[in-house]
Amino acid sequence: MEVLVASAVGVLTATGLYLVLRLRTFPVILGMSLLTYAVNVFLFASGRLTIGAPPILTDGVTTYTDPLPQALVLTAIVISFGMTAVVVMIALGAYLGTNDDLVDDPVDTDKEDAA
Amino acid sequence: MSHWIIAPIVLPAMLAPFIVLAARYHIGIQRVFSLVGVLALITISAGLAWTASDGTIILYQLSDWAAPFGIVLVGDMLSTLMILLTSLLALFVMLYVIGSGWDERGRHFHALFQFQLMGIMGAFLTGDLFNLFVFFEVLLIASYGLMIHAGGNVRLRAGVQYVLFNLLGSTLFLFALGSIYAETGTLNMADLALRAQMISADATVGIRVASVLLLLVFAIKAAVVPLHFWLPSSYAEAPGPVAALFAIMTKVGAYAIIRVYTLIFPPNLEVTAGLHDVWLMPAALISLALGMIGVLAAKSLDRLVAFAVIGSMGMVMVAIALMTPEGIAAALYYIVHSTLAGAALFLIVDLVKSSRPSLALTTMPPIAGAALTAGLFFAAAIAMAGLPPLSGFIGKLLILDASFETPFAVWIWAVVLGASLISVVGFARAGSVVFWKANSIAPPDDLEPQAPPHFLSYTAAGGLVVLMAAFTVFGGYAQAYMTATSEQLFAPEPYIAIVVETEGKLSDSTEEGDH
Repeated sequence: MEVLVASAVGVLTATGLYLVLRLRTFPVILGMSLLTYAVNVFLFASGRLTIGAPPILTDGVTTYTDPLPQALVLTAIVISFGMTAVVVMIALGAYLGTNDDLVDDPVDTDKEDAA
Repeated sequence: MSHWIIAPIVLPAMLAPFIVLAARYHIGIQRVFSLVGVLALITISAGLAWTASDGTIILYQLSDWAAPFGIVLVGDMLSTLMILLTSLLALFVMLYVIGSGWDERGRHFHALFQFQLMGIMGAFLTGDLFNLFVFFEVLLIASYGLMIHAGGNVRLRAGVQYVLFNLLGSTLFLFALGSIYAETGTLNMADLALRAQMISADATVGIRVASVLLLLVFAIKAAVVPLHFWLPSSYAEAPGPVAALFAIMTKVGAYAIIRVYTLIFPPNLEVTAGLHDVWLMPAALISLALGMIGVLAAKSLDRLVAFAVIGSMGMVMVAIALMTPEGIAAALYYIVHSTLAGAALFLIVDLVKSSRPSLALTTMPPIAGAALTAGLFFAAAIAMAGLPPLSGFIGKLLILDASFETPFAVWIWAVVLGASLISVVGFARAGSVVFWKANSIAPPDDLEPQAPPHFLSYTAAGGLVVLMAAFTVFGGYAQAYMTATSEQLFAPEPYIAIVVETEGKLSDSTEEGDH
């Protein structure tokens, strides 16, 4: 199971990084989402992987799973979801305004400044 | 347990929704509430700084849960100094915003401003790493809104870059936190300081990775080269007063580095040896050099100031990377100075922009109110370049003095002095092109005389310069305070003890250490 989770995090991160390095906003935002999925799984696994164990005190149970990473992941999911929404809105605004969705600096900025 | 320490977070957190919900169509009421809020913040911060100034560590356990399971706020000399600096800066930025009418050019400026203050205050006061992440996100999401305030295509595009870069930074932060939790099982800073010392020498891979990741995250915030690419565009394109407020945001990164690498991974810790001298120091020197070269190379005034901010962060990082009490004391002095100088410069750039077709460094007809603006630019540029008599000179002197006995002395002296020279030339060129040569060309016939900026705008920019002058005149007291702060940072035992040993609800002293 460790191998499966670790490789899932690895593949998600690698794909996410590749997409983030693209020049257009859509793949970059997709890449960001993949990276946040990767980090969520990673955070979840930071409390060690346990199957079928309760996170809170229960009668007659001796093995528990660490509840803290679950709380951290919940916070991280909420925050990254909100952030993704914000970046989609800003990117849409920039796209509608300039009619292209490149993320790099426009080449002719300096010319415009000098004009 | 006094509740005052949470007030700097709760007050803006309450004001912001109030402004959105109750005063969204009344700019006057928004201004009154925002300004009163900032004034109250200054009073509270000054009170907290006064309490902490004798070495007291103010601890606040949220809901009375004891650390490390509960979340704590901790106010020591460093935290309270930073929140006082933030609230003072916020006052001048707020005055400028009201004077220049920036808050009328888009909606919800004051609400976002308050949320931004809430995030910055929280980041300075929290004693928990995950909470630091949350407050980073609060200040970032507010800064996204502020950065693209009043819109415009160029600004929106710069905003996309800014947001994406910071989202990557946040993801990296989470990776760092995950690895730290996996290695130590805690995220409370004081508890981490104890756990980091317990890690055996043959199992340090994880904690090394975590500490480097964390340094990378804070270096992104502090815009250390090569992680500075987000800064020039976003600071140059952001509205002037917002960029001035952002002057404190790079310092949040510097603060976090100081906090984490004196408390959790102190310089004498075997596990993370080499992090600050082998890695941070060269990066800091390169930032300093690159920032000041950028000042000389910039084609427009706003980018020039943005690069000056990178250069001054490089200077701060040089002092931090020394990791000696003298170095940190010098860094703290320089942090206060460069926040004020950077903010003043951004406000002055906005004063210039208000009556000039563009900020390009080419000769154009004189701007409205040129004499006063030029005088302010002259003073702020002297401060930023580190010439006497203003505080930049003293700060630089302290850094040079702190580095004198270290093995890096030659490098630091060469880069600091060389970069200063380059920045003097850069600022002199910009000042003479924008203000001096303006009278040498005939103004076009159709030029309409424009009203000079509002006196409140001048009060704000001038106030920051006066504050810098005061910081120079009372430099002796300030330096003594910074030295005391630095000594407190390098003797973290009282901090750790008060956080870990103070009992909260349901804590049973017989079960201590049982986790």
